[in-house]
Amino acid sequence: MHIPDGFLNAGTSAVTGAVSVGAVGYGLYRARKELDEKRVPLLALCAAFVFAAQMLNFPVAGGTSGHFLGGVLAAVLLGPWLGSLVIALVLLVQALGFADGGVTALGANVFNMALVGTVLSYFVFAGFKALLPRNRASFLGAVAAASWLSVMLASGACAVELAVSGTSPLGVALPAMLGVHAIIGIGEALITTAVVAVVLQVRPDLVGSWDLASSGGYALETTGVS
Amino acid sequence: MDARHKSLYVFILAGLAFSVALALIVSPFASSSPDGLEKVAEDKGFIEKAEETEPAWNSAPIPDYAFPGLTEKVTVEDEKTGEVVEEEKPTRLATALAGLTGTAAVFVMGWGLALLLKAGKKEDAGEAGLQASSGA
Repeated sequence: MHIPDGFLNAGTSAVTGAVSVGAVGYGLYRARKELDEKRVPLLALCAAFVFAAQMLNFPVAGGTSGHFLGGVLAAVLLGPWLGSLVIALVLLVQALGFADGGVTALGANVFNMALVGTVLSYFVFAGFKALLPRNRASFLGAVAAASWLSVMLASGACAVELAVSGTSPLGVALPAMLGVHAIIGIGEALITTAVVAVVLQVRPDLVGSWDLASSGGYALETTGVS
Repeated sequence: MDARHKSLYVFILAGLAFSVALALIVSPFASSSPDGLEKVAEDKGFIEKAEETEPAWNSAPIPDYAFPGLTEKVTVEDEKTGEVVEEEKPTRLATALAGLTGTAAVFVMGWGLALLLKAGKKEDAGEAGLQASSGA
């Protein structure tokens, strides 16, 4: 859902751009506190995987394709703010290096995918995780649900921007965007859940949000592995 | 380098190899259909707004995930007229090299950015950092 140049008016570009600059700035500030020996290479790996996986468009209904977003994956592994930096970096390289997503829409794309699809969706994930029983299956269930919702929320934000810009009325753009992304979101949920499950199996210490080990039921399952 | 760190770098390298393999080997076979937003823009009649707009940035080194200079002539049937026309199309190698370049570039940039930010943290609080890492 990379918005090209021409879809947004100047006001929408400016407002989303300003919010995104502020949020990325805050992310950089948080990163100074959160980065450690493990998270430096993990951040690089997340960016590489997200870039590669975003190239793999899979067909969905009716001559349409969808691709991975990766916001929830990055946030579940690295936390919401480092996660948002990963997605913002990928979007910047895509816009400047590959002409994917307009440069005037970069602020909106960062807003939709690195903030709504990553930071906000991480808190959705955290909410699900808090509500569900403390075990591995529920954790992965929360990952899956939040991944699907992240694509819906990001595409909804995109529809609102199109409407505010006068490009397509909300009553037209919103149902159309949500309809197609409800299917694309299933791919997002499958990929994110599979990758998190693998990392949890191999290196549970790299799943940053797997943090209940010391305070609750997760401990029994993880101590033997790490 | 202790065993734990060795295992971390093995994990990172394996993950990078997997990502590069996706970009290099799988991406040339990805769907070329319009994505969700493009399809909505076509169906709802506002795709022209993008097509008629001059891009604000024309210097992307690898536009549209096609490594420059690698094209082949293919004959395609025009959807509307049924006419058979010859078209220049990027080869699969062009897509694979674009994927490899981008994946490697964001990996290096991500690592560099994280190192820079981490260096900034050391200046603030060496001890707090030590405590945090020993507690992890």
